[in-house]
Amino acid sequence: MTVAGDVVLQVEDLHKSFGSTEVLKGIDLSVRRGERIAILGSSGSGKSTLLRCLNVLEMPTRGRLILDGEAVGKPAAGGATRYREAELNRLRARVGMVFQQFNLFPHMTALENVMEGPLSVLGRSRAEARRTAQRHLERVGLGGKADAHPARLSGGQQQRVAIARALAMDPEVLLFDEPTSSLDPELVGEVLGVINDLSEDGRTMLLVTHELGFAYHFATRILFLHEGRILEDGPPEQVLKSPREERTRRFLDRFTAFRF
Amino acid sequence: MPTIAMPELQFGEVFANIDLFLEACGLTLALWAVALAAGLSGGLLVGLARLSPRRWIAWPARGYVELFRNTPVLVQLIWFYYALPVLSGIQLPAFAAAALALSLNASAYCAEIYRGGIQSVAAGQWEAGRALGMGRLRLLRRIILPLAVRRMVPAFTNRAVELAKNTSVASIITVHELMYTARLFSSQNYIPMETFTVVAMIYFLLIYPFTLASYALERRFAAGRA
Ligand SMILES: Nc1ncnc2c1ncn2[C@@H]1O[C@H](COP(=O)(O)OP(=O)(O)OP(=O)(O)O)[C@@H](O)[C@H]1O
Ligand SMILES: [Mg+2]
Repeated sequence: MTVAGDVVLQVEDLHKSFGSTEVLKGIDLSVRRGERIAILGSSGSGKSTLLRCLNVLEMPTRGRLILDGEAVGKPAAGGATRYREAELNRLRARVGMVFQQFNLFPHMTALENVMEGPLSVLGRSRAEARRTAQRHLERVGLGGKADAHPARLSGGQQQRVAIARALAMDPEVLLFDEPTSSLDPELVGEVLGVINDLSEDGRTMLLVTHELGFAYHFATRILFLHEGRILEDGPPEQVLKSPREERTRRFLDRFTAFRF
Repeated sequence: MPTIAMPELQFGEVFANIDLFLEACGLTLALWAVALAAGLSGGLLVGLARLSPRRWIAWPARGYVELFRNTPVLVQLIWFYYALPVLSGIQLPAFAAAALALSLNASAYCAEIYRGGIQSVAAGQWEAGRALGMGRLRLLRRIILPLAVRRMVPAFTNRAVELAKNTSVASIITVHELMYTARLFSSQNYIPMETFTVVAMIYFLLIYPFTLASYALERRFAAGRA
């Protein structure tokens, strides 16, 4: 059952270390269906690592990950969790990811990029995959670029194809890791516009971004991450305009220092 | 001052028997084809094994590659023909021994080409595939190998050309391929210079079209990328 407002994704006491450096130091987070969460934080605070743990591109060192009420992995000795590859693949198919660097498949056209997931993961027929892929390309405003290879597209167009590729899997949760950070300033708007349009679907989305203005209008909830912990968690109005923590205030001040 | 007698070249003799050489080309080509096909497919398996995170898969693969790359192909050939029967009681026919040795040798070299090619694909491609929920094998087949193979064409061409020339060592264990035929013919007729000049030309004519084809393939991939 998919009812707006249920908890769709939950993490409990999530830790992630690379070697001896602990990057995530105990994250508890409960995401309700339909929420749009913007994640803020300075460089190195662990934002990407958190997103990557949510679709297990990184294996959490400790803690639990629960999707739709089902715990991912089996408990193993010492509080660790054992994950099976097949189970992880199924989970990743339900939690989409849009990367900062787009990561489109360069040997495929835009349409083929979008068809790939439905074809080879969901087992759709070629005709059906083609139809839905075309529809998703139109959704991101690139219906006319179906036959173009990524190298022929601008950064903004590539990122829109990447969004269509993620959408084609019809994921329950969609993750964006700084989707506009590697774009020229004049291309940022078209990508943010597409992401904003997705709001009407009611799809659950988590977005790491440095675009505070966009976060304010787009998100229903804002997290502020600092040194691997969630320092602030609340509605945009509250977090951005009257943050509880001094750290958050200092972070936000850096963005407003040059406002004119 | 002694006078140096200019030898009288007898190409006529060689060309009169050209059908001998052309027949021998059949075995040369067969050896080449078998070893190349085995190298391209076996090399893929060994190359993937080399990349496995599991040591009990990766280490034997590495051992195999090192063994075949760090010993002369001639020694390998002789070993499979003369030493294997002593050790195992299996006497392979000369052609089979040559084909086996050249195949294993080619697989070792191709494994390293695959390994390098696969490692050269950007990590972001693996991530994008995994984020869609693709398993390792499917990801390899659909994304990683098609990208890697484009970059591997020049290296494979190199290896294939080297392999074509290496088939000539099979003459040592009496496989009646081109080189064996040439040696026999020249010693029977005392015209080594003419014989080997013609044989060099035949090798060139066999190998060069292959090189041209691979250039065309490289160009096609380069065009497809844009
Ligand atoms: N694969 C890895 N191996 C080792 N260290 C890593 C790895 N990935 C991330 N880190 C480290 O973890 C820390 C947090 O990285 P992360 O990418 O999550 O930060 P971030 O908040 O996304 O920063 P940014 O805003 O720069 O993208 C950094 O110090 C980084 O160097
Ligand atoms: Mg990051």
